[in-house]
Amino acid sequence: MEFFLLLLTSGIAVGGIYALIALGFVLIYKATSIINFATGEFMMIGAYIFYTCSVLVGLPAIPSFLVVMAGAGLLGLLVERTILRHMLGQPTISIVMVTIGLSSILTGFAEMIWTSDFKSFPPLFPRAPIIVGDIIIRSNLFWGFVVAMTTVAIFALIFKYAKVGVAMRATAGDQMAAFSMGINVRSMFTIAWIFGAIAASIGGLIIGNIGGVQPNLGGIGLKIFPVVILGGLDSIGGAVLGGLIVGVVENLAGGYLDPMVGGGVKNIAPFVVLVLILMVRPYGLFGRKDIERL
Amino acid sequence: MRIGDYKENYAADEAVFVTPTSRFWLGVLFVCLAIFPFMAGEYLLYMANITGIAVVAALGLNILTGATGQISLGHAAFVGIGAYASAVLTNRFGLPLLLCLPLAGLASAFFGVLVGAPSMRMKGLYLCITTLAAQVIFEFFFVHWESLTGGIRGLNVAPPTIFGIDVGSEFGFYWVTLVVVIIAATMSRNIFRTRVGRAFIAIRDRDISAELMGINLFRYKLYAFAVSSFLAGVAGCLWVNHLKSITPEHFPLHESIRYLAMIIVGGLGNILGAIYGAIFMTLIPEVLSAALKFFEVYFPQAMSYLYPLQTIVFGFLIVLFLVFEPHGLAEMWCRVKAYFRLWPFKH
Repeated sequence: MEFFLLLLTSGIAVGGIYALIALGFVLIYKATSIINFATGEFMMIGAYIFYTCSVLVGLPAIPSFLVVMAGAGLLGLLVERTILRHMLGQPTISIVMVTIGLSSILTGFAEMIWTSDFKSFPPLFPRAPIIVGDIIIRSNLFWGFVVAMTTVAIFALIFKYAKVGVAMRATAGDQMAAFSMGINVRSMFTIAWIFGAIAASIGGLIIGNIGGVQPNLGGIGLKIFPVVILGGLDSIGGAVLGGLIVGVVENLAGGYLDPMVGGGVKNIAPFVVLVLILMVRPYGLFGRKDIERL
Repeated sequence: MRIGDYKENYAADEAVFVTPTSRFWLGVLFVCLAIFPFMAGEYLLYMANITGIAVVAALGLNILTGATGQISLGHAAFVGIGAYASAVLTNRFGLPLLLCLPLAGLASAFFGVLVGAPSMRMKGLYLCITTLAAQVIFEFFFVHWESLTGGIRGLNVAPPTIFGIDVGSEFGFYWVTLVVVIIAATMSRNIFRTRVGRAFIAIRDRDISAELMGINLFRYKLYAFAVSSFLAGVAGCLWVNHLKSITPEHFPLHESIRYLAMIIVGGLGNILGAIYGAIFMTLIPEVLSAALKFFEVYFPQAMSYLYPLQTIVFGFLIVLFLVFEPHGLAEMWCRVKAYFRLWPFKH
């Protein structure tokens, strides 16, 4: 039982971080209908910027964090302006492949600039593990979860109450109507990319803080697909729930099944769950069924 | 300059290569392909073989993704299934290469249909993610079904023979690859002249309209998955008999993306495009490495940038082609041909 609770809590903690990264994906998909396969690479770049600021330049944590947000926002802006704007209205395959190409470019540059060696951060959070009852939670996992959930909450509040958030929701709902209400739809696309990149890079920072950073860190980005499909591609609440489910499933499968078959179940369990859910509900748990007209 | 388009019988109308000029150049191509192995060294033959294998796999993916419009992120896994099937059939049952080729294809096609089955209820992005899941899950089985696949150490096979002739050398295998490539290309070209192939294209262009015109979407999507993974399986069989060993690392997600890049750079839905794309994407790393060797004189560390540079160039190729030349190399080649056909006139 103790083992189960341990797996459950660390699953929830990891799931919260997945939820934040998935949020980076959902923000972009919601506003622009673009499936960003480079979310994981945005994460990786965010972690590297933090590494550069805090270790190479020697800035304290808070200014480094601000630099990460600025850098990620700039990256999102650049990507949207130079590449994705040309791809509006193109078929899915082109958009999927453009973002895959983008992820390849980012990985290559990261490897060129920071080499493929493993880099680790100075500790960001207090070292002492968190003890709740009988369960001990690793401190960077716990604080990572707290930061991730706070960020998700901030983004959710922006989306719900801030003017720009309302405008973004309007754009997502109906572009034509948004246009006629005087919303600058194009700049909404740009803002969505900036927000998405920032959310993903904060996720990268947390993951980098737990396990260090390497150019192939972006591979974790693949795990957001089970998350976003479970939660529905365009739902923030769904992303949070999907993230938690994937985190828990992954940890339970890793804890109980891995010793039986010799490892690896942890990584495929979310995908197995994903396939099963899609068999029953082809649009994910919370996704909307599209109505198509000819 | 070519003027007019006269056809006097059905045979002429149905010909794939319409003009005498194109038939002439096709003949020249075949002669070159036949002379090539006698002139080329071991390394060039090796390159030719892996290019040929990539062409077969890319032709397969082109049918599914290019023509039917179903994005597959799991093509490498199907190549892998073909490779493992072939290795197991050879090692355990002693089947010859000629039998292994179709059987490996069929094994792959079986799993292709299995992965394609969810296409009954979902499409587009959701289906794409299902194929991604298939890639991850198959990779898991390659590593962990040790009694069959040999786990991380993989499997080795003996040099293949055909009717007692050893084709294990690069030179011998060149002929096997060449014949398979020609058969695969002919088959893919002809599939689009049949009801099935046209149904594929109709589904890609607008699935609902296709359904209204009486195409059973589910059945034809499954056909597309089956044909595509059949070719992938054949490519896998060639792969294992060429390299004589396989490990799970040969078929990662990145390899699936490479196949997608081939058909995009070549031109989606275009047979020639798939061939050009496969050749182009296989040769690019070699060209890059040669270029870096050249610069090594000036920058001694140049070679250490090879791997990241390959990744960057790979990404840029995909992005630039999609943004500036969405119809790929095949379209560029058409434009060049059109220019010379009308020369010296502009239109």
